Amino acid sequence: MGIGKKAGAKNSYKELFHEANFAEALIKGDIWTKLSALIMGLGCFVRGQIIRGFVFLAFEALFIWYMLFHGAYWLSMLPSLGKVGPTKELVTKLGRTVEQVTYNDNSFKILLYGILTIFLIVAFCITWATNLKMAYDAQLKKAQGKKVNKFKDDLHSLVDEQFYKTLLSIPVIGITVFTFLPIVFMILVAFTNYDGAHDGYITSLFKWVGFQNFKTMFTTTGGSNSYFGAFMGILGWTIVWAIFATFSNYILGILVALLINKKGIKFKKLWRTILVMTIAIPQFISLLYVAKLFDTNGLVNAMLLNWHWIKAPIDFWGTPLTARILVIVINIWIGIPYLMLIATGILMNIPADLYEASKIDGASPFQQFRYITMPYMLFVTAPYLLTSFTGNMNNFNVIYLLSGGGPLNVKASTAAGGVGYTDLLITWLFKITTGTDSLYYMASVIGIAIFAIVATLTLLVYNRLGSNKNEGDMA
Amino acid sequence: MAKEKQGLGMKAKNRISNFFVYILLIIISVVWLTPFVCIVLQSFRVEKTNQVGYVLPKVWGLKNYMNLFNPEVCDFTIWYKNTLIISLVVAVVNTFMVLCMSYTLSRFRFKLRRAFMQFMLILGLFPGILGMIILYRILKDLGLTGANAVPGLILVYTASSGMGYYISKGFFDTIPMSLDESARIDGANRLQVFFRIIMPLAKPIVIYTILTAFMGPWGDFMFAKFISFGTSKGMNVAVGLASWLTKDQIDNKYTMFCAGGVVVAIPVTLLFLFLQKYYVEGVTGGAVKG
Repeated sequence: MGIGKKAGAKNSYKELFHEANFAEALIKGDIWTKLSALIMGLGCFVRGQIIRGFVFLAFEALFIWYMLFHGAYWLSMLPSLGKVGPTKELVTKLGRTVEQVTYNDNSFKILLYGILTIFLIVAFCITWATNLKMAYDAQLKKAQGKKVNKFKDDLHSLVDEQFYKTLLSIPVIGITVFTFLPIVFMILVAFTNYDGAHDGYITSLFKWVGFQNFKTMFTTTGGSNSYFGAFMGILGWTIVWAIFATFSNYILGILVALLINKKGIKFKKLWRTILVMTIAIPQFISLLYVAKLFDTNGLVNAMLLNWHWIKAPIDFWGTPLTARILVIVINIWIGIPYLMLIATGILMNIPADLYEASKIDGASPFQQFRYITMPYMLFVTAPYLLTSFTGNMNNFNVIYLLSGGGPLNVKASTAAGGVGYTDLLITWLFKITTGTDSLYYMASVIGIAIFAIVATLTLLVYNRLGSNKNEGDMA
Repeated sequence: MAKEKQGLGMKAKNRISNFFVYILLIIISVVWLTPFVCIVLQSFRVEKTNQVGYVLPKVWGLKNYMNLFNPEVCDFTIWYKNTLIISLVVAVVNTFMVLCMSYTLSRFRFKLRRAFMQFMLILGLFPGILGMIILYRILKDLGLTGANAVPGLILVYTASSGMGYYISKGFFDTIPMSLDESARIDGANRLQVFFRIIMPLAKPIVIYTILTAFMGPWGDFMFAKFISFGTSKGMNVAVGLASWLTKDQIDNKYTMFCAGGVVVAIPVTLLFLFLQKYYVEGVTGGAVKG
């Protein structure tokens, strides 16, 4: 049965805990264990685990109470997302006729609490199974004359063998409520018509629409004005941007690191600190300030005019090409310092004899960079490159603070939110959400698309990385 | 003798190449520092409040700074206070969350550990902004948006912070398990091992976590804008100062924006430069381990 096999100071708790599954407990258990399936905690009560039994029982009672008085309602409303929307009626009050609105069902709450109730049911099932296992475990121990864990022992194990449960509890609750639940909710929103005009309570109810939103997004009806046209255009730029932003920073950052770390260069710390300043100063200040420098009445244009290099101010942010080049160039300015720091750390680890040997063989500095530095860096930082690539695809701050997604793409402007030439998928999503129509369902479709793209990319690259790592060690 | 000559030639060559490296480094430094020098200079300009085509102020003065801290002129002090409160709380809570997650995932081997980590990875691939729509509405129901955005923002920043455990887990992985085990044999429980053995060794990563958590809220734009929607009293410095650069405000507030930027940047930058060593360690370690 495994009991006693894992003896030893380290596994004292596991040794006591019989690892049967709940089905086995239900079949082989005695009457008390079997009855625990109906009255949770009963098996524990009978074997003297009073507090543990009480906790189970209380959880069951609470669950039943909740399901009867709340959960059943939310679940029953989930398929329809609400039946009666806000109703208006004319009421005569003090001789004046006013329109009175009564708010009824709330689709938003129905969807939210519906999901929560399903979460709760899953949690209940797990607890129910655990309850059976524990009852069976206690029964077996009692039969073999072993000590049954008391509540005190349970508590003790929470700071010892099961310390991980204590440590993980708070972060996991936070992640569940503030990340997991919203994600589930928003995925479901993609299948509804939830937007500003159907907010589920005040304006009107929203309802399930199946795959209609995906059809709107991914069919070409409407030509270049369709969502699909806008989506493909933005996706194309998002990928171009991510490639440029990632690799320009990467290569230039390594070069700057090489410059600073070159033998015989003095004031290394000074050069480094100057670059690091850009990291230290909150990005919104530097990005907003630099963006304004390139305004038509900004400093750059004024200087160029003063020097008579140009006749009229250049509208950097108003021209698609210059706006796109500028966001990439300014992103280099922001990004090089990070890469410089990372590269400096890694460059130190490249064995110096590699360079010595190549020098004897007559390699030029460029060849050394091409055949020693880059392969080594690429090998070590491949996972970083991947996260940095996906991070750039979703680089909201840089785009939003620099160009705000502009200049507006007139050809695609019928798609919600107004699509700009430097818009990434993520800023488009933001625009759709905060725009006048608040098309949450479309934002949700875009969010799912972003996830699909990023996840596929990550999966592909990680698989390749795995095989690379098996091939052998670089150093 | 031939060898010596070659050595000399190498030295001269080295000197020339170093000369070019110095020139490049100076150019880089100028490019990187110019915007910051400009922003400081502009913040002392009092003759005009809009964007102008020259860098050196014609009339120097502290008027922009005085306006900044005058509650009758603007809400900057409120924004500053908001951001400071948020970042202090976030620094403490996030560090706690991240350490809990990373220590556990590095030290314990339990059922579903791998599955749990993969699940966190997948969750992280969803654009975080998506959840904002629903979080905004929930927080609004709780009355934690608009003017009360500070507690709302703290919740949003801290609740899921455990997901950023990777770098610090990588660090814990480098502390040998044998240390834990010998302490456990000596009779310490896990809680004691954590505080007495691991924490002192993990000082660099703890400082790194505190530093990044503290700096985050100063630059956050997306969430802060969402949650403080519409009210000036609930804004953080990023959203507040950015509102001064909109088309209708920029001509009156441009120099005040510069002054505000300087006031925001000074403490954060000093703190950062002071703790730079730890930051570099964290970033480098994180990049290598992915």
